[in-house]
Amino acid sequence: MIIKPASKIRSSEITDQKIWRQRRQLIKAAAAGSGLLLTGMSGLAEALYRGPGKLQSIPDVRDTDYGEDLKPTAYRHITSYNNFYELGYGKRAPAENADSLKPRPWTVKVSGECEKPAVLDMEDILKIDQEERVYRFRCVEAWAMVVPWVGFPLGDFLKGFQPTSRAKYVEFTTLYDPKQMPGQKRKVLDWPYREGLRMDEAMHPLAFMATGLYGEQLPAQNGAPLRLVVPWKYGFKSIKSIVSIRFTQEMPANTWRRIAGDEYGFYANVNPRVPHPRWSQKRHRVLGRGLFGSKEDTQLFNGYAEEVAGLYKGMDLRKNF
Amino acid sequence: MNAWKLMVFVLCLLPLGYLGLGIYEEDLGPNPVEYLTHETGIWALRLLLLTLAITPLRRFTGWRRPVMLRRMLGLFSFFYACLHLLIWLWLDRELIWSGMFDDVLKRPYITVGFIAFLILSALAATSNSFSMQRLGRRWKRLHRFAYAAAALGILHYLWLVKADLLHPMIYMVVFLLLMGLRLPGLPERKPMPFRRKVVS
Repeated sequence: MIIKPASKIRSSEITDQKIWRQRRQLIKAAAAGSGLLLTGMSGLAEALYRGPGKLQSIPDVRDTDYGEDLKPTAYRHITSYNNFYELGYGKRAPAENADSLKPRPWTVKVSGECEKPAVLDMEDILKIDQEERVYRFRCVEAWAMVVPWVGFPLGDFLKGFQPTSRAKYVEFTTLYDPKQMPGQKRKVLDWPYREGLRMDEAMHPLAFMATGLYGEQLPAQNGAPLRLVVPWKYGFKSIKSIVSIRFTQEMPANTWRRIAGDEYGFYANVNPRVPHPRWSQKRHRVLGRGLFGSKEDTQLFNGYAEEVAGLYKGMDLRKNF
Repeated sequence: MNAWKLMVFVLCLLPLGYLGLGIYEEDLGPNPVEYLTHETGIWALRLLLLTLAITPLRRFTGWRRPVMLRRMLGLFSFFYACLHLLIWLWLDRELIWSGMFDDVLKRPYITVGFIAFLILSALAATSNSFSMQRLGRRWKRLHRFAYAAAALGILHYLWLVKADLLHPMIYMVVFLLLMGLRLPGLPERKPMPFRRKVVS
């Protein structure tokens, strides 16, 4: 797969917005139409419910060729199979409890080792140029999906706060509010959820902040209104519903590592050669492919080795898992 | 087969029917293999606990009829355990034997689950009058291993869960309760006599 950094894409390659919109509409219409034909009138409610179309669409999303050879997992699968313990513990629970999370108003506090700390309003974050990237998403539980995210590169965003030379890591924190996040009423994890990246990982062009999915705002179960996406790492690194970003000197103690450090590391790079005590990581199941033939071999760094392997040169990935 | 047995037989097949319908309608969610694995496993455990509930039920109510159903419930538990194992071997481990043995040896939750299955197999294989006669008193001792199978089954579930232990803990509490009710010295009811059908 060829992934070009966004900056190298010639303007001639970028699909005109109007055409892009039309294309999306055509795809949507075709999907809704075939749904109707197949299932009759009762299919209408189904089509509306199961596809995108529930949430506000994000305007002016720029198309990119990140993952254009990948076939995105169906919206209904991406939004109904989630690990987001803040909204409930089963895979379906986050979707069922999604309404309790209010993604507006929302602010994100940026602090720590930087020249320009700030408190940002979500509306302002949405003013950053938004682009679509289709990424593979691999969970440590050995399942995977392909997700068309909308958002912006993390690195460019972070540079704006002018991190100092002392900033070696960046730590992200999820909202803590048991009223909005009923899962936090039980102390199953050490709330609030925290994750971190090394500075060079955060600055890597593939690291992404997502504000949307399938051209629309993120559903709560997928981490509304703002989440991290680190496609070469296991899903638990991609922290959801971020309220705080902090530049630090020390390696942040990410949540899963704090509760089971022998099972979940800081790096959490997808690696078929390093098994988890419960899941062999050699193969994974791609969601939405039915009962048979849904498994495939896991690739080092989830298939992004060409881009990111350099970050870990000379490191023992068995020790630094 | 009397009406009671027939009813319980049909009830025990309902989860299977439900799963079958789900497969037919392709409506088992984004990860149907995981769903089927979990559902068959949990039904094996539920039916095993139900089987273990029958003796305390008789002890405290004197009601004997459910005792006739115990073998069937136990065999249904084994049936769902077989489906559970089969789905795992076939759809999850893709019949790659080396990987499967690796799992059984290296991953404790799979090890204990597999041992529970072996126990249930031995119990199922001796769930017939012939074995009962041949084994005599040893049959009862052998079949007390159902307790171990249930305990290992719950441990299997407990270890599989990543962080939220609520559900496996509920099964654990039910199991411990059923074991507690077997302690000697608790007040008991005299067994009720079976009412015989009048054949005219």
